[in-house]
Amino acid sequence: MAELIDVLLFAFLLATAFYVLLSRDLLAVVMVAGIYSLLSAGMFLVMDAADVAFTEAAVGAGVSTLLLLIALTATGRWEKPAGHRVVPLLVVLATGATLVYGTLDLPPIGKPDNPPQVHVAPHYLERSGEEIGIPNVVTSVLASYRGFDTLGEVVVVFTAGLGVFLLIGGPRRRRGGEK
Amino acid sequence: MTSLGLYNYWIVIALMMLGLYTVISRGNLVKKLIGLGVFQTAVFFMYISMGFVKDGAAPILTEGVEVYSNPLPHVLILTAIVVGVATLALGLALVIRIKEAYGSVDDDELQAMDNAS
Repeated sequence: MAELIDVLLFAFLLATAFYVLLSRDLLAVVMVAGIYSLLSAGMFLVMDAADVAFTEAAVGAGVSTLLLLIALTATGRWEKPAGHRVVPLLVVLATGATLVYGTLDLPPIGKPDNPPQVHVAPHYLERSGEEIGIPNVVTSVLASYRGFDTLGEVVVVFTAGLGVFLLIGGPRRRRGGEK
Repeated sequence: MTSLGLYNYWIVIALMMLGLYTVISRGNLVKKLIGLGVFQTAVFFMYISMGFVKDGAAPILTEGVEVYSNPLPHVLILTAIVVGVATLALGLALVIRIKEAYGSVDDDELQAMDNAS
Protein backbone atom coordinates (compact mmCIF):
# COMPACT_ATOMS: atom_id res chain seq x y z
CA MET A 1 0.00 0.00 0.00
CA ALA A 2 2.79 2.39 0.92
CA GLU A 3 4.42 1.59 -2.43
CA LEU A 4 1.23 2.51 -4.31
CA ILE A 5 0.93 5.85 -2.46
CA ASP A 6 4.62 6.48 -3.13
CA VAL A 7 4.25 5.87 -6.88
CA LEU A 8 1.04 7.93 -7.13
CA LEU A 9 2.41 10.91 -5.21
CA PHE A 10 5.57 10.92 -7.30
CA ALA A 11 3.45 10.82 -10.49
CA PHE A 12 1.51 13.88 -9.30
CA LEU A 13 4.77 15.60 -8.33
CA LEU A 14 6.18 15.02 -11.82
CA ALA A 15 2.98 16.37 -13.40
CA THR A 16 3.06 19.54 -11.28
CA ALA A 17 6.79 20.05 -11.98
CA PHE A 18 6.08 19.79 -15.74
CA TYR A 19 3.30 22.33 -15.42
CA VAL A 20 5.65 24.73 -13.59
CA LEU A 21 8.11 24.36 -16.48
CA LEU A 22 5.64 24.75 -19.35
CA SER A 23 3.02 27.30 -18.28
CA ARG A 24 3.54 31.01 -18.99
CA ASP A 25 0.84 32.15 -16.56
CA LEU A 26 2.93 32.77 -13.44
CA LEU A 27 -0.11 33.08 -11.14
CA ALA A 28 -1.12 29.54 -12.11
CA VAL A 29 2.51 28.42 -11.75
CA VAL A 30 2.64 29.77 -8.18
CA MET A 31 -0.61 27.95 -7.32
CA VAL A 32 0.70 24.69 -8.81
CA ALA A 33 4.00 25.18 -6.95
CA GLY A 34 1.91 25.38 -3.75
CA ILE A 35 0.24 22.08 -4.70
CA TYR A 36 3.72 20.63 -5.35
CA SER A 37 4.74 21.61 -1.81
CA LEU A 38 1.60 20.10 -0.31
CA LEU A 39 2.15 16.85 -2.26
CA SER A 40 5.73 16.77 -0.99
CA ALA A 41 4.40 17.15 2.56
CA GLY A 42 2.29 14.03 1.91
CA MET A 43 5.34 12.28 0.51
CA PHE A 44 7.37 13.11 3.64
CA LEU A 45 4.57 11.71 5.80
CA VAL A 46 4.59 8.44 3.80
CA MET A 47 8.32 8.20 4.52
CA ASP A 48 7.81 8.61 8.30
CA ALA A 49 9.10 12.19 8.45
CA ALA A 50 6.15 13.74 10.30
CA ASP A 51 8.00 16.86 11.50
CA VAL A 52 9.31 17.58 8.01
CA ALA A 53 5.79 17.16 6.60
CA PHE A 54 4.39 19.74 9.05
CA THR A 55 7.13 22.21 8.24
CA GLU A 56 6.84 21.72 4.48
CA ALA A 57 3.04 22.17 4.60
CA ALA A 58 3.31 25.34 6.70
CA VAL A 59 6.44 26.94 5.26
CA GLY A 60 6.66 25.48 1.73
CA ALA A 61 2.98 25.51 0.79
CA GLY A 62 2.01 28.48 2.96
CA VAL A 63 4.72 31.09 3.40
CA SER A 64 6.54 30.49 0.08
CA THR A 65 3.30 30.76 -1.93
CA LEU A 66 2.45 34.00 -0.14
CA LEU A 67 5.91 35.47 -0.82
CA LEU A 68 5.70 34.50 -4.50
CA LEU A 69 2.24 36.08 -4.83
CA ILE A 70 3.52 39.31 -3.26
CA ALA A 71 6.44 39.31 -5.73
CA LEU A 72 4.05 38.69 -8.66
CA THR A 73 2.04 41.82 -7.82
CA ALA A 74 5.25 43.79 -8.44
CA THR A 75 6.62 41.89 -11.46
CA GLY A 76 3.55 41.01 -13.50
CA ARG A 77 1.60 37.84 -14.18
CA TRP A 78 2.72 36.77 -17.67
CA GLU A 79 6.04 35.31 -18.69
CA LYS A 80 7.50 36.29 -22.07
CA PRO A 81 7.59 33.40 -24.57
CA ALA A 82 10.97 31.67 -24.61
CA GLY A 83 12.15 29.43 -27.41
CA HIS A 84 13.31 25.91 -26.60
CA ARG A 85 17.04 26.07 -26.23
CA VAL A 86 19.17 23.07 -27.06
CA VAL A 87 22.21 23.66 -24.83
CA PRO A 88 20.28 23.70 -21.49
CA LEU A 89 18.46 20.51 -22.52
CA LEU A 90 21.77 18.77 -23.28
CA VAL A 91 23.27 19.96 -19.97
CA VAL A 92 20.24 18.70 -18.05
CA LEU A 93 20.15 15.33 -19.82
CA ALA A 94 23.89 14.78 -19.28
CA THR A 95 23.62 15.74 -15.59
CA GLY A 96 20.60 13.48 -15.13
CA ALA A 97 22.29 10.53 -16.82
CA THR A 98 25.39 10.99 -14.63
CA LEU A 99 23.25 11.11 -11.48
CA VAL A 100 21.32 7.96 -12.48
CA TYR A 101 24.65 6.22 -13.11
CA GLY A 102 25.73 7.36 -9.62
CA THR A 103 22.64 5.84 -7.96
CA LEU A 104 23.36 2.36 -9.35
CA ASP A 105 25.85 1.74 -6.54
CA LEU A 106 23.45 2.84 -3.81
CA PRO A 107 21.74 0.21 -1.61
CA PRO A 108 17.95 -0.20 -2.10
CA ILE A 109 15.81 2.24 -0.11
CA GLY A 110 14.35 1.03 3.19
CA LYS A 111 16.81 -1.65 4.33
CA PRO A 112 17.58 -1.27 8.07
CA ASP A 113 21.34 -1.86 7.58
CA ASN A 114 21.89 0.88 4.98
CA PRO A 115 24.97 3.01 5.77
CA PRO A 116 23.05 6.10 7.00
CA GLN A 117 21.19 3.94 9.54
CA VAL A 118 24.24 2.43 11.27
CA HIS A 119 26.33 5.52 12.08
CA VAL A 120 25.17 7.89 14.89
CA ALA A 121 21.40 7.49 14.44
CA PRO A 122 21.15 4.39 16.70
CA HIS A 123 22.77 6.37 19.54
CA TYR A 124 20.13 9.11 19.28
CA LEU A 125 17.31 6.56 19.08
CA GLU A 126 18.55 4.55 22.09
CA ARG A 127 19.81 7.28 24.40
CA SER A 128 17.90 10.51 23.69
CA GLY A 129 14.91 9.32 25.76
CA GLU A 130 16.94 9.31 28.97
CA GLU A 131 19.51 11.99 28.04
CA ILE A 132 17.05 14.67 26.89
CA GLY A 133 13.78 13.33 28.25
CA ILE A 134 11.37 14.03 25.39
CA PRO A 135 9.93 11.33 23.14
CA ASN A 136 10.35 13.12 19.79
CA VAL A 137 13.90 12.29 18.69
CA VAL A 138 13.86 14.88 15.88
CA THR A 139 13.17 17.63 18.42
CA SER A 140 15.87 16.27 20.76
CA VAL A 141 18.49 16.42 18.02
CA LEU A 142 17.29 19.77 16.67
CA ALA A 143 17.07 21.65 19.94
CA SER A 144 19.66 19.92 22.11
CA TYR A 145 22.34 17.76 20.43
CA ARG A 146 22.61 20.12 17.48
CA GLY A 147 21.35 23.27 19.20
CA PHE A 148 24.15 25.42 17.84
CA ASP A 149 23.15 24.37 14.34
CA THR A 150 19.66 25.67 14.99
CA LEU A 151 21.11 28.88 16.40
CA GLY A 152 23.04 29.25 13.13
CA GLU A 153 19.80 28.71 11.24
CA VAL A 154 18.18 31.54 13.21
CA VAL A 155 21.13 33.77 12.29
CA VAL A 156 20.62 32.88 8.59
CA VAL A 157 16.91 33.71 8.76
CA PHE A 158 17.69 36.99 10.58
CA THR A 159 20.30 37.92 7.97
CA ALA A 160 17.88 37.15 5.13
CA GLY A 161 15.17 39.24 6.82
CA LEU A 162 17.62 42.11 7.23
CA GLY A 163 18.61 41.79 3.55
CA VAL A 164 14.96 41.90 2.42
CA PHE A 165 14.36 44.96 4.62
CA LEU A 166 17.41 46.77 3.24
CA LEU A 167 16.48 45.92 -0.37
CA ILE A 168 12.78 46.82 -0.39
CA GLY A 169 12.14 48.11 3.15
CA GLY A 170 10.97 51.45 4.57
CA PRO A 171 13.80 54.04 4.28
CA ARG A 172 14.42 53.57 0.54
CA ARG A 173 10.70 53.89 -0.24
CA ARG A 174 10.55 57.23 1.58
CA ARG A 175 13.62 58.49 -0.28
CA GLY A 176 11.98 57.43 -3.54
CA GLY A 177 8.87 59.37 -2.60
CA GLU A 178 10.82 62.59 -2.05
CA LYS A 179 12.27 62.64 -5.55
CA MET B 1 9.23 -0.02 0.22
CA THR B 2 12.32 -2.12 -0.52
CA SER B 3 10.43 -3.66 -3.43
CA LEU B 4 10.75 -0.30 -5.17
CA GLY B 5 14.54 -0.47 -4.95
CA LEU B 6 16.06 2.68 -6.35
CA TYR B 7 12.78 3.98 -7.83
CA ASN B 8 12.64 6.96 -5.42
CA TYR B 9 16.11 8.11 -6.40
CA TRP B 10 15.29 8.06 -10.11
CA ILE B 11 12.08 10.05 -9.69
CA VAL B 12 14.03 12.45 -7.45
CA ILE B 13 16.59 12.89 -10.25
CA ALA B 14 13.79 13.51 -12.78
CA LEU B 15 12.29 16.19 -10.51
CA MET B 16 15.72 17.72 -9.92
CA MET B 17 16.41 17.91 -13.65
CA LEU B 18 12.97 19.47 -14.31
CA GLY B 19 13.82 22.13 -11.71
CA LEU B 20 17.30 22.66 -13.14
CA TYR B 21 15.92 22.97 -16.68
CA THR B 22 13.37 25.54 -15.46
CA VAL B 23 16.21 27.53 -13.87
CA ILE B 24 18.54 27.58 -16.87
CA SER B 25 16.12 27.69 -19.83
CA ARG B 26 13.47 30.17 -18.67
CA GLY B 27 14.13 33.91 -18.74
CA ASN B 28 11.68 35.16 -16.12
CA LEU B 29 13.44 35.59 -12.75
CA VAL B 30 10.39 34.61 -10.67
CA LYS B 31 10.05 31.43 -12.74
CA LYS B 32 13.73 30.69 -12.12
CA LEU B 33 13.18 30.95 -8.35
CA ILE B 34 10.15 28.61 -8.53
CA GLY B 35 12.32 26.15 -10.50
CA LEU B 36 14.95 26.42 -7.80
CA GLY B 37 12.23 25.49 -5.27
CA VAL B 38 11.32 22.38 -7.30
CA PHE B 39 15.00 21.39 -7.38
CA GLN B 40 15.36 22.01 -3.64
CA THR B 41 12.35 19.88 -2.68
CA ALA B 42 13.69 17.06 -4.86
CA VAL B 43 16.94 17.14 -2.85
CA PHE B 44 14.84 16.90 0.34
CA PHE B 45 13.18 13.73 -1.04
CA MET B 46 16.60 12.21 -1.61
CA TYR B 47 17.65 12.77 2.00
CA ILE B 48 14.34 11.56 3.46
CA SER B 49 14.42 8.46 1.20
CA MET B 50 17.92 7.65 2.47
CA GLY B 51 16.72 7.78 6.09
CA PHE B 52 13.63 5.69 5.45
CA VAL B 53 13.49 2.24 7.08
CA LYS B 54 10.86 -0.22 5.88
CA ASP B 55 8.28 -1.10 8.56
CA GLY B 56 9.87 1.51 10.82
CA ALA B 57 7.89 4.07 12.79
CA ALA B 58 8.26 7.84 12.75
CA PRO B 59 11.13 8.69 15.17
CA ILE B 60 8.93 9.43 18.18
CA LEU B 61 9.82 7.09 21.05
CA THR B 62 6.89 4.78 21.86
CA GLU B 63 6.57 1.76 24.15
CA GLY B 64 6.88 -1.50 22.24
CA VAL B 65 8.25 -0.03 19.01
CA GLU B 66 11.72 -1.28 18.06
CA VAL B 67 12.36 0.01 14.53
CA TYR B 68 12.35 3.72 13.75
CA SER B 69 13.25 5.69 10.65
CA ASN B 70 16.51 7.64 10.86
CA PRO B 71 15.86 10.98 12.62
CA LEU B 72 19.03 12.72 11.38
CA PRO B 73 17.95 13.43 7.75
CA HIS B 74 14.67 14.80 9.15
CA VAL B 75 16.58 17.29 11.33
CA LEU B 76 18.78 18.40 8.42
CA ILE B 77 15.81 18.86 6.11
CA LEU B 78 13.81 20.79 8.73
CA THR B 79 16.69 23.26 8.84
CA ALA B 80 16.98 23.28 5.04
CA ILE B 81 13.25 24.07 4.53
CA VAL B 82 13.44 27.11 6.80
CA VAL B 83 16.71 28.33 5.25
CA GLY B 84 15.15 27.70 1.81
CA VAL B 85 12.24 30.03 2.48
CA ALA B 86 14.66 32.66 3.81
CA THR B 87 16.73 32.53 0.61
CA LEU B 88 13.54 32.58 -1.48
CA ALA B 89 12.44 35.77 0.31
CA LEU B 90 15.84 37.38 -0.31
CA GLY B 91 15.80 36.31 -3.98
CA LEU B 92 12.30 37.73 -4.51
CA ALA B 93 13.36 41.00 -2.85
CA LEU B 94 16.22 41.20 -5.36
CA VAL B 95 13.79 40.49 -8.23
CA ILE B 96 11.43 43.28 -7.08
CA ARG B 97 14.41 45.64 -6.83
CA ILE B 98 15.55 44.67 -10.35
CA LYS B 99 12.01 45.30 -11.66
CA GLU B 100 12.09 48.80 -10.11
CA ALA B 101 15.53 49.61 -11.52
CA TYR B 102 15.16 48.10 -15.04
CA GLY B 103 11.40 47.80 -15.56
CA SER B 104 11.78 44.13 -16.57
CA VAL B 105 12.43 40.72 -14.98
CA ASP B 106 13.44 38.88 -18.15
CA ASP B 107 17.13 38.01 -18.19
CA ASP B 108 17.62 38.51 -21.98
CA GLU B 109 16.13 42.01 -21.76
CA LEU B 110 18.25 42.80 -18.71
CA GLN B 111 21.36 41.63 -20.56
CA ALA B 112 20.44 43.77 -23.61
CA MET B 113 19.95 46.84 -21.40
CA ASP B 114 23.28 46.26 -19.68
CA ASN B 115 25.05 45.88 -23.04
CA ALA B 116 23.40 49.02 -24.43
CA SER B 117 24.44 51.24 -21.52
